[in-house]
This record gives sequence, structure tokens and C-alpha cells, in this order.
Amino acid sequence: MSVFIVKPGLLASVQDLGRYGHRQLGICPGGALDTLALAVANRLVGNDDSAAGLELTLGACEIRFENDTRIALAGEAFGATVDGAPLAPCWSVPVHAGQTLRLGGAPTGVRPGLRTWLAVAGGIDVPPILGSRSTDLKAGFGGLEGRALRKGDRLPIGTSRLDESQRKRKSFGVRAPDAGDAPGEPTTLRALPGPEAEQFLQAAHKLLYAEPWRITPQSNRMGSRLAGPELKRRKGSTDMLSAGVVPGTVQVPPSGQPIILMGDAQTTGGYPRIAVVIRADLWKLAQAPLGSPLRLVEVDEQSAHDAWNARQRYLAQVAQGLALMNWPGEHDGN
Amino acid sequence: MSATEPRLHPLGDAALLCELPAPATLDAQRKIWALGAQAAKWPGVLELLPGMNNLTLSFDPAQIERAALEDKVRAIWPRLSAGALAGREIEIPVTYGGEDGPDLEHVAKHCGLTPHEVVRRHSQAQYVVYFLGFLPGFAFMGGLPAELATPRRSEPRVAVPARSVGIGGEQTGIYPLVSPGGWQLIGRTTLELFDPQAESPTLLRPGDRVRFVATSVVA
Repeated sequence: MSVFIVKPGLLASVQDLGRYGHRQLGICPGGALDTLALAVANRLVGNDDSAAGLELTLGACEIRFENDTRIALAGEAFGATVDGAPLAPCWSVPVHAGQTLRLGGAPTGVRPGLRTWLAVAGGIDVPPILGSRSTDLKAGFGGLEGRALRKGDRLPIGTSRLDESQRKRKSFGVRAPDAGDAPGEPTTLRALPGPEAEQFLQAAHKLLYAEPWRITPQSNRMGSRLAGPELKRRKGSTDMLSAGVVPGTVQVPPSGQPIILMGDAQTTGGYPRIAVVIRADLWKLAQAPLGSPLRLVEVDEQSAHDAWNARQRYLAQVAQGLALMNWPGEHDGN
Repeated sequence: MSATEPRLHPLGDAALLCELPAPATLDAQRKIWALGAQAAKWPGVLELLPGMNNLTLSFDPAQIERAALEDKVRAIWPRLSAGALAGREIEIPVTYGGEDGPDLEHVAKHCGLTPHEVVRRHSQAQYVVYFLGFLPGFAFMGGLPAELATPRRSEPRVAVPARSVGIGGEQTGIYPLVSPGGWQLIGRTTLELFDPQAESPTLLRPGDRVRFVATSVVA
């Protein structure tokens, strides 16, 4: 059982929900930058949420399936087709051996996105390292040989829990998660004050939360670099000692241009942390196109919890829907 | 020192920073190790993110509320004994200078010493691993002789070769992987700092006492 990379696009890698438990060794969690998308795609093909899939960047890729199987995409579909037949995000479809999934070069979503997650029934079966199949591109391990996928790569697929009739079942879909942002509007991310927030001038806080920022093309899986007005610290602010950072941390280097850390970020940093994006909104950052506008909204801890609970409710609804149609898989709502 | 309580501050909705005031000392770091050893056992605490003089606890808010976690840190803090970790003695062979240490000359000039004297002092000191972070297996160590402190390069290198030994400000360290970096490179070791397939993936661990052994000096 395998899939064949005809064309990987800009950056394709094997990712699961991340490599946890090793941050005290300097090992970043990595994993799918949008774990919600990967989880939904996995459920649609009868996998556990934690099965490994492919994270694709900016479309323009081709993947051939070498066995009869079932697939689902989530995130930006880039006008995806399977042998010419359109495939919408959050749809589960059967594919035959020899069929090819193609993603175009331009986003086609109502709100254009940047990345796509592909789940295949049985999951991408590369050997887990330190408890995860995710590719750590920086450290060069995990996934397929610790690297981004190339043309001609062949990836093994694990054993699916779908039986023959389930695998062949006609296409169905679930509701995609709602970003809550209208088409054409900036991506909004909710954030809590960071540990060094008070080192910044009042004006910097106003700017951080008032201005629309732009995601620069220098952004990657380590972090989204934002361009906008300079965020200044108070005079006499001392340099901080190295301290832990998590995905979502908004750190401000001396340039005053903030960076929002993502899954592949280093585990510790030395730049002041003005804010931290709440966990429930990280997926929106993973999907926001380079060059697109972004707005930060300061919230309190209760709102962060409510937002996380809303995310969990969405996953639970997906699980309920799938359970009602006797679809196999992990349906615990987590 | 040990009477000082850490400042507690959330780092997002699922992590808590526990931070002692500067300056970083080995005593403070020992308390950080002790706190980590306790907190790792608490239900709902997922991961430890140690730093210099600080520790961040990632937690699952569905299992433990932040306020409850803060209470636990405050309650245990006065009772922590700053016991030393059972660190090991680790010798790191280094080829100093030349291609392996292109900045040795610059460091010597900055410090007003000969390159050989920089090597002598760098390899004579004993260093203690405070914590691992930044990159897999990257050890933040204390113990660089003050006279060897050298500011980082104004233009960071795009790709520092793996296993390079460098000085950055008042710190010395070894790059486990090829990575961008601004430290002054004075040498290189043959030891692998990180092997994800190994049972213990990192060569160095917090509490280890490290010595650099000069196997050659090109100056």
C-alpha cells in the first residue's frame, strides 16, 4: 500500500498531531500546523486523529494512489481534482489504484488559504521517532528521511480500519470549521498578554491590536513574520534570559516587527513576548496566505477557554455525524 | 536566593511561566530543576520547557486550571531543596581554530589574548549544563571565563556547521545541527550532540559538567 509523489509542490511533508514530551531536550512539537484540519481529514477516512497525513503548501502538486483506498482533504483545496473530478475540502472519497490527486496553483476557497492536509485511509506509515511520525525539517528526522517530499517519493500506507464496503462507500462530507472571518476581511487571531507585555510602550499595545498586519513571504513553519508599524519597548527594558516559547507566542525582535511562532519554532527564545495567540486560533494562522492581512484581538482567559470549547464542540459534532452513519474511527470528541 | 518566589505568568491559554529574577545563577537553576522534577508528576502538566532561571509548564486546562497550577507551584516552592542533579562528567574533544573555528582569531583579538591563550582558558574551565533548548540537544551552559565573553557577530551566519563550538556573549555552546547562528565559532567537535534514534537522544543533559579538550589548535 503506497502513495506516489508525482509533484510535491512548494513544500510537502509527513505530519501528524505533533511530537510531544521532548521539549525539555530542545525538540519542537512540529506536526500539522492545522491540527483541526488533519483531525477532520483523518476522521473522514476512518483513521485516528493522530494518524499521519501530508501537509501541502500552496497547491500545485500531484499525488498518485497505488492502491484502492479512500482519501480526504482539509484546508485550502486549490481546486483539487481526482482524475478530473472535483474534490471539495472535508469530503471523503474512494479512489482507485492509479488515480491521481491534483491541486492547482491558485486558492479556490471562499477565504483563500495557504495549506492543505491530505489524509489517506490507514495513515502514512513511516516509522515513528520519539513518539511521532511528523517530519522535523530543521533537525532532519521523522517523516520520510527527515526531509520535505520530492518528486518520485513513495510513501507506505498503514492498515485501514475501513472494510471493503466502507472503503467503496459513495462520497460524503462534513461541515468545514468556521474561521468566523468574512471573505475579504483580515484573519483575526485572539491573543492573551504575554509575559513581557508590560515592557512595551502603551502605544505599542495600541498598534499591536489596532493595526492590520501583513504576513510577509519570509514566513514558514517556524513562524509567521508580520510587517507593520514598529512596536517599541519602554526605555531601560532589560534583555530577557532565554525562556520557553510555545506555538502562538508573539515575540518582538529589535526590529519591532512581530513574529508569531508556529509548530517548528525553536523551544526557547530570547525576544520579549508581547502576546500569545490562543490555541483555538492557531489553525487560522496556518491557513492564512502570505501577504494577507491579519488582525490581533486581545481577549481574556475565559474567552480563550470558550474558544477552545467551541473547537472541541465542532469536533464532537463531526464525530456524532460520522457515528450516526456508522463510520468507523475515533469518535470520542477529543 | 532560595527565598525568592518565582514570578508566575501565563504563556497563552495552556502554559505557565515560572521565572526567577536575573541574574542567572547555578543555585537558581537548581531550584528550577527541582521544580521541574516535581511538576512533571502533577496531573495535567504535559511538558516542561526549561529556560535560564525559568521554567514554563505546558498543561491541559481541561485537567488542571491555571489558578490551581499556580497554587501548586507556590505551595511547593518553599519546600524545594535545590539538590544538584546527578550530572555526569563529559569531555568534549575540540579542534580549535582553522576551518573548524574561523572566529578564534577574532575572539582572541577582542579579548586581548593570543588564540592559544583563548583555547587554554576555554578548555580549562568547567561548564555546567543549565538546560537544553533552542535546538534539539543544544545545551545552555554556565561557566565561561568572563574574559572570554565576546559579542555575537553583527551578521549571523546563514548555516553554522553542525558540531561547531561557539561563544555568544557570556555563553559558550555547541551547535547540534546545521543552523543559522550568530555566535563566534572557535572550534568543532567530532561528537554527535543529537541522535533521535538513540535511547537517550541528546549527548548532554541538565546538570552535566562539561570540559572541552583541545585535540588540535590551528592558529
